[in-house]
Amino acid sequence: MVSTESVEYWRWTESRWTNPDLDWKDADIITAGIDVGSVSTQAVVMVDGNLYCYSNMRTGSDSPDSANRAINWALEDTGLTLNKIEYAVGTGYGRVNVPFAKRAITEIACHARGANYMYGPTIRTVLDMGGQDCKAIRCDQRGKVTAFLMNDKCAAGTGRGMEVFADLLQVHINDVGQMSLVDDEPEPVSSTCVVFAKSEAVGLLRKGWSKERVLAAYCAAMAHRVVTLLERLGVENDFAITGGIAKNIGVVSRIEKELEITAPEPNVDPQLAGAIGGALFGKALVEKARKKAG
Amino acid sequence: MKANYGYKDGSGEYFITVDTDLCDGCGKCVDTCPEGVLEVVENELDPLAEELVARVTEEHRKKIKYSCAPCKPTGESRELPCVQACEPRALTHSW
Repeated sequence: MVSTESVEYWRWTESRWTNPDLDWKDADIITAGIDVGSVSTQAVVMVDGNLYCYSNMRTGSDSPDSANRAINWALEDTGLTLNKIEYAVGTGYGRVNVPFAKRAITEIACHARGANYMYGPTIRTVLDMGGQDCKAIRCDQRGKVTAFLMNDKCAAGTGRGMEVFADLLQVHINDVGQMSLVDDEPEPVSSTCVVFAKSEAVGLLRKGWSKERVLAAYCAAMAHRVVTLLERLGVENDFAITGGIAKNIGVVSRIEKELEITAPEPNVDPQLAGAIGGALFGKALVEKARKKAG
Repeated sequence: MKANYGYKDGSGEYFITVDTDLCDGCGKCVDTCPEGVLEVVENELDPLAEELVARVTEEHRKKIKYSCAPCKPTGESRELPCVQACEPRALTHSW
């Protein structure tokens, strides 16, 4: 019999990508954005404001090391080296710990800017569902923040909570969303607090609930929690979700249903929004400095 | 921009909102706050701008329910010192 003990259900897939249509050698401005989050780290390199390459991996216990590993992986086999990057911006929880970054910018500003690039200038409301917090952001057509609200007091309704559930139910984290789409939608679990919800879920399993129904109850609770956050700020169309949970159809579809709004499908990994925003700010800051210098 | 600092928990919603379009960075709210909840810094939400604006310090963001309690009116309502000190009316409290 195969032991299931060693399977790490929470472990999501790390990835890297290079744009085959771009050559950094022709570029005028090369910038990078490094988003060192509490759970994941992304490094994005942009040439003249276009996405050139990226990496997306887990954050280790050492932020500077995570930042270095992410940028090295992103640059792998591109021929591009760190010293050719004119401006690197650090963002996310570990933003002050990016050794090669010239500046640290808050992830709220970066997510708004990144969502503006990824989903277009019609985006007015961005919900970033991160690893350990959740932010509601309103922005204008240039991706500039007009209002924001952040919940980082606890890990309820975040990626970390979802990892705990994946592990508890022994369902791979990539499959959680799809599996939670059951026909007979159960009542949401009464608490989104990860610790309480976990004990409630164990109780439901004991009562004979299927994994699918327990996941449905948890995804619904998570969706409801962030909707209350959004409602305080007010939701204006178009609406987009960034961060890892944006890949979880179970949570996304329930948020859409509660708000009676549709979030566009992302054309790039929604976890990259912060790093993309950082790289774009890098470009804007280079241009500003050049203009000043004449 | 309306910057909301604070949190929502089981006991209620606790947010201090700074309207950065109104705030002129004068710092009078900082001087008047007995708990040191506020500070004036470069606007971190708009990295390309250089104006100074008020914000809630990192240290107080997760406990403003308690930090602000000494100033909260009991009985007859009166305006909070920070709100009163703010001439451009950029500061509001949610509770």
